[in-house]
Amino acid sequence: MNTIDTFLNEHEHKNLLRFITCGSVDDGKSTLIGRLLYDSKLIYEDQLGSLQDASAKNGTTGAGEIDYALLLDGLKAEREQGITIDVAYRYFATPQRKFIIADTPGHEQYTRNMATGASTANLAVILIDARYGVVTQTRRHAFIASLLGIRHLLVAVNKMDLNGYQEETFRQIRQDFQDFARKLDIPDIRYVPISALKGTNVVTRTPQATPWYEGPSLLEILETVDVSSDVNQRDLRLPVQVVLRPHLNFRGFAGSVVSGTVAPGDRIRVLPSNVTSTVKRVVTADGDLPEAFAPQAVTVELDDEVDISSGDMIVHENNRPQVKDRFEAVVIWMNEIPLKAGDRYLIRHAGRFVKARIDAVLYAVDVNTMEQHQAESLGLNGIGRVVVETTQPLYLDAYAANRATGSLILVDPLSNITAGAAMVTEDVFVDADTPRVVGDAAALLRDHVDRREFHWETGLVTAKDRLLRNRHVGKTVLVTGTSTQAVQRFGKELELRLFKLNLNSYYLGYASLARGLASDVRDVRSEHDAQIQRLGELARILTDAGIIFITAIPEADAFTVERLKVLNAPNELLVVSLERGARRPLPAEAALDETAETAQNVEAVLTLLADHRVIPDYCI
Amino acid sequence: MKTLSQLKQLEAESIHIFRDAVSQAQNPVLLYSIGKDSSVLVRLAQKAFYPGRLPFSLLHIDSTWKFREMIAFRDRFCAEQGLDLIVHANEEGRAKGVNPFDYGSRTYTDIMKTQALLQALKLGKYDLAFGGARRDEEKSRAKERVFSFRDRHQQWDPKNQRPELWNLYNARVNPGESVRVFPLSNWTETDIWQYIRIEKIPIVPLYFAAPRPVVSRDGQWIMVDDDRMRLEPGERPQERWVRFRTLGCYPLTGAVESRATTIEEIVAETMQVRVSERSTRVIDHDGDSSMEQKKREGYF
Repeated sequence: MNTIDTFLNEHEHKNLLRFITCGSVDDGKSTLIGRLLYDSKLIYEDQLGSLQDASAKNGTTGAGEIDYALLLDGLKAEREQGITIDVAYRYFATPQRKFIIADTPGHEQYTRNMATGASTANLAVILIDARYGVVTQTRRHAFIASLLGIRHLLVAVNKMDLNGYQEETFRQIRQDFQDFARKLDIPDIRYVPISALKGTNVVTRTPQATPWYEGPSLLEILETVDVSSDVNQRDLRLPVQVVLRPHLNFRGFAGSVVSGTVAPGDRIRVLPSNVTSTVKRVVTADGDLPEAFAPQAVTVELDDEVDISSGDMIVHENNRPQVKDRFEAVVIWMNEIPLKAGDRYLIRHAGRFVKARIDAVLYAVDVNTMEQHQAESLGLNGIGRVVVETTQPLYLDAYAANRATGSLILVDPLSNITAGAAMVTEDVFVDADTPRVVGDAAALLRDHVDRREFHWETGLVTAKDRLLRNRHVGKTVLVTGTSTQAVQRFGKELELRLFKLNLNSYYLGYASLARGLASDVRDVRSEHDAQIQRLGELARILTDAGIIFITAIPEADAFTVERLKVLNAPNELLVVSLERGARRPLPAEAALDETAETAQNVEAVLTLLADHRVIPDYCI
Repeated sequence: MKTLSQLKQLEAESIHIFRDAVSQAQNPVLLYSIGKDSSVLVRLAQKAFYPGRLPFSLLHIDSTWKFREMIAFRDRFCAEQGLDLIVHANEEGRAKGVNPFDYGSRTYTDIMKTQALLQALKLGKYDLAFGGARRDEEKSRAKERVFSFRDRHQQWDPKNQRPELWNLYNARVNPGESVRVFPLSNWTETDIWQYIRIEKIPIVPLYFAAPRPVVSRDGQWIMVDDDRMRLEPGERPQERWVRFRTLGCYPLTGAVESRATTIEEIVAETMQVRVSERSTRVIDHDGDSSMEQKKREGYF
């Protein structure tokens, strides 16, 4: 019984390596995994029993040989198609280590699966068929591995037996891969010549077959590669998942240390409140810890009564992540509906959901050539760089510095499916002063309004509440016409008439605006645009406040009216034009005769306001 | 460099999953099967919310044909641990006397397990249910997500599962839909035994060998747990030293001959015998892809 005792205790204390295997259908990937599992004695006898039946039905190897690939394919449909179409997780252990394999298909349309498997992996095994060497798919796999931040690559040149174990073949492939890999950000790359089918250099070195190869076997590399420095141990990031308050004397903030370390006595800061405090205890069910590090799941108790909720983040007082609501990221798109600028998604990041909007698609990357090209959208399995905007700031680190706080997923707000994954990058293009590639002035303005509305913080009083109290809704009325005097007089008369009806009205003359709210505008060329912009913003606010806001702009042109309409969104603008005889038509709801009685014209506008359900009928 | 042992990493991951799921769900529940994996699941949940109580109930689907020792253990375990237990059985099925003998294992399982589970989930309006499934248990589970989406009919569609990256799980659902969450996804059989051993987690005595009345059917030992057991002509129960690798409904759960009365002895036997775990469950032999089929239909 001592041996079992030892076995179990050793098993418990092993460390863990998560790796991903990539290769095409024919590279022998399933055979390699099958052999690793088989040779590490985890394939149970009854599974072998049912395997022999299945091999007779679908097997592709010769009679009498075990088809290792059939050990792995789980789902019925795939077994019939003969290709794996989703990420499968396998487990095996050797006396040195425990392994979790993310087995991903190499087929082109399944980039998303490889990204999924790579997201949790420390190492990637890339299989190359010795007969074909480095092919497009090899580059694609290495690129995705590097994109997902994998720091260790094991290039396995397989099917060496079919080339008579020629050293030259192996050297050439290694050289080709090295030339290409210079472009990638992967610090640790190893090469090993194998035959998965024959077992050459898979579990143990096979000098009989490859006397010229002096390195370790594939499994030996897997057993010894050091991944402990892959985790960020410097920057404490502890996203609070749950607040535990079992009784009055305990208030703990439960979450995982996703990077860095935390210990009692540490000065900490809570985001987003920026409140600081000191760690009192690091609590676990197995007793308090003198220090916790990633990926430990703990509960932190603080010295002070601090208000913290689920979704907040605890960091060290003087080591803050970037707090941003606009940032750049590289996206891997996983949905059939393409991603494009203006789209809205929910972002899941560090334990919370936040509303987001894609501000721009900067470019797409060709996964095969790694070249960038201009793109309006990203389709299924597309990779590209985007600018993201969120309603609340996220607590971000660049993915290269911190996998945990630099990663996020995009969720469709209607279907709730996970539509894409993204890695936060250092900002390059996001600066607001950078000129945009696309869009005329109107499009830019609509874009501005779209963002403004997205971020608009609503109070507790709703438009309906205001309507019930005021008995009317807010509206902006633009009065324009040929005569400055007539336009101004009419605006004031309208204000007075509405006021006497007990309605909230306000008149603002254009000159008052220029001398007040827009008086900081110095540049003559953009003066008018800037004034209209401010007027439009003001109209938006006052309409929201439930006021009938009247402004007068003599000789307003179609462009000005259009700008005000856009800026006033989501409210609609009412344009009244005082005209004398036949003029160029304006997009006005009411074209009034300037020479008619002012009172008559005012009544006409009241009727119009009633028709638009701004004011009740009985006011008139 | 600070590193955690693999078992501590698994524990931390499971705790993270529990907390994450609870922070996302409106009305979570834990599907409690009484088996050893369920015992581990409950222990991890307790650790996740320590020093607080579990923020959800345990739900046991009683097929009415469980081993008597399982039910006794369940009631004792839940009382001792202060757990809130809900038991649900398909009363319509019980009234009709649905049993594994007359209806066959497939129909019986559908009515008394799958349908009963769907009823209970609907009744409780649960939007998230924890389960103790592991990916290494069975081939079709290797691709199962940690957060596994179920549609309005509680069905699992392998083609319609959400990509799962990093530890960013997505439990958002529309009304009527739900997710099953498997905190033990990355645990292996050996991990479970060692954890039970070091944590001293109570498990049902049926896992340990003892003399029990059994009959031999299709190469498996079936225990005669009560007088409802239907014996074939000429069949006579005999007493044998047996234990169970998995627990379920007694007429459908095969025992293995064994003298193993400790966890160490069980693991020793497991390593020598190497018969994978679920092969002692009769229901898995209904067809080559039977477990996948049952999952599609909503069976856990």
